Amino acid sequence: MSEIKHFTKGFFKENPTFVLVLGTCPTLAVTTAAMNGIGMGLATTFVLVFSNLFVALLKNVIPDKVRIAAFIVVIATFVTIVDLVMKAYTPDLYKTLGIFIPLIVVNCIILGRAEAFAQKNTVYNSILDGLGMGLGFTLAITLMGSIREVLGNGSIFDIRLMSQEAKTILIFILPPGAFLTYGYLIAIMNRIKARYNV
Amino acid sequence: MELVKIIILALVVNNVVLAQFLGICPFLGVSNKVQTSLGMGAAVIFVMALANLVTFLIQFYVLNPLHIEFMQTITFILVIAFLVQVVEIILKKSAPSLYQALGIYLPLITTNCAVLGIAILAVQKDYNLVTSVVYASSIAAGFTLALILMAGIREQLELTGIPKGMKGFPISLITAGLLSLAFMGFANLVK
Repeated sequence: MSEIKHFTKGFFKENPTFVLVLGTCPTLAVTTAAMNGIGMGLATTFVLVFSNLFVALLKNVIPDKVRIAAFIVVIATFVTIVDLVMKAYTPDLYKTLGIFIPLIVVNCIILGRAEAFAQKNTVYNSILDGLGMGLGFTLAITLMGSIREVLGNGSIFDIRLMSQEAKTILIFILPPGAFLTYGYLIAIMNRIKARYNV
Repeated sequence: MELVKIIILALVVNNVVLAQFLGICPFLGVSNKVQTSLGMGAAVIFVMALANLVTFLIQFYVLNPLHIEFMQTITFILVIAFLVQVVEIILKKSAPSLYQALGIYLPLITTNCAVLGIAILAVQKDYNLVTSVVYASSIAAGFTLALILMAGIREQLELTGIPKGMKGFPISLITAGLLSLAFMGFANLVK
């Protein structure tokens, strides 16, 4: 039963976006729409699960001194796979996410989990950790994408909530809106954590 | 003229932090004091110009002739990590005073996604060697500008009373949001 907490901690208690505040660049950049959040989140989850898996498998083979370089090669390999697959099968999403797909390689969540978790734990636990962290990240940026899309564009997942003529708060899908939404969401998260002592 | 346009665009209009969201981690992490931001900024300008020079040469003399463009991400990130290490070692030996000033910021730069991001963007934009290096330097200067402005504001913020839940990251992000709003004023500076 204790293994399950490796999976669940990523959703709330150690949420990479709102609690650990890692991987901020994609969080701010791609969340102009809810769909982008899901796309970016799942791409990151894929890389996270497989990099955790391989780091956990190779942890006894990799010399300690070159481990960071070795982790980066493992991560970059899976990022390249995601990059090529998305280019082939989801060209529209690939275009919207743009530069942030290859930049998954420098997403601190992934290197952070390899360094802090996968290289010290079993393969099974590392996969659970990667999956939980990845889905927690997906959930968080989809939430942020939804808020920005509803307020800034009057729609969610491209389904219109308001008529075309209705005035929306455009600032939310522009760069300043990203910073403001993220700031307030972390503040709300802090409040919830303080209130319920979690 | 083309170069001037690129410099202004990179410096203020499409500011790397406030409009393109690259290099947010060091932007939030090192913007506590104006003095440290200056050190970080100088290190970033140096490394980014060098990184774009080297990655440009690799792209056009290794990756393109061999038709292994898909290896771009792996190659570039390794080259940048390697470059940062080399710069650190060289500075330590040949310019100890500069090393003293930049030393602690250099290893942090490997995790600055702006370095990799701008190297890839310069290739995507089909820039030539000179343009690519100028572009990287002005992007890095834009990063430094944002960092120093932010540090100036945060030094003042420490003296004000902030609600408990807003302390730390939330107030920094909201400050950055307002800064980004101000930078939108530059939007139509260059046509």
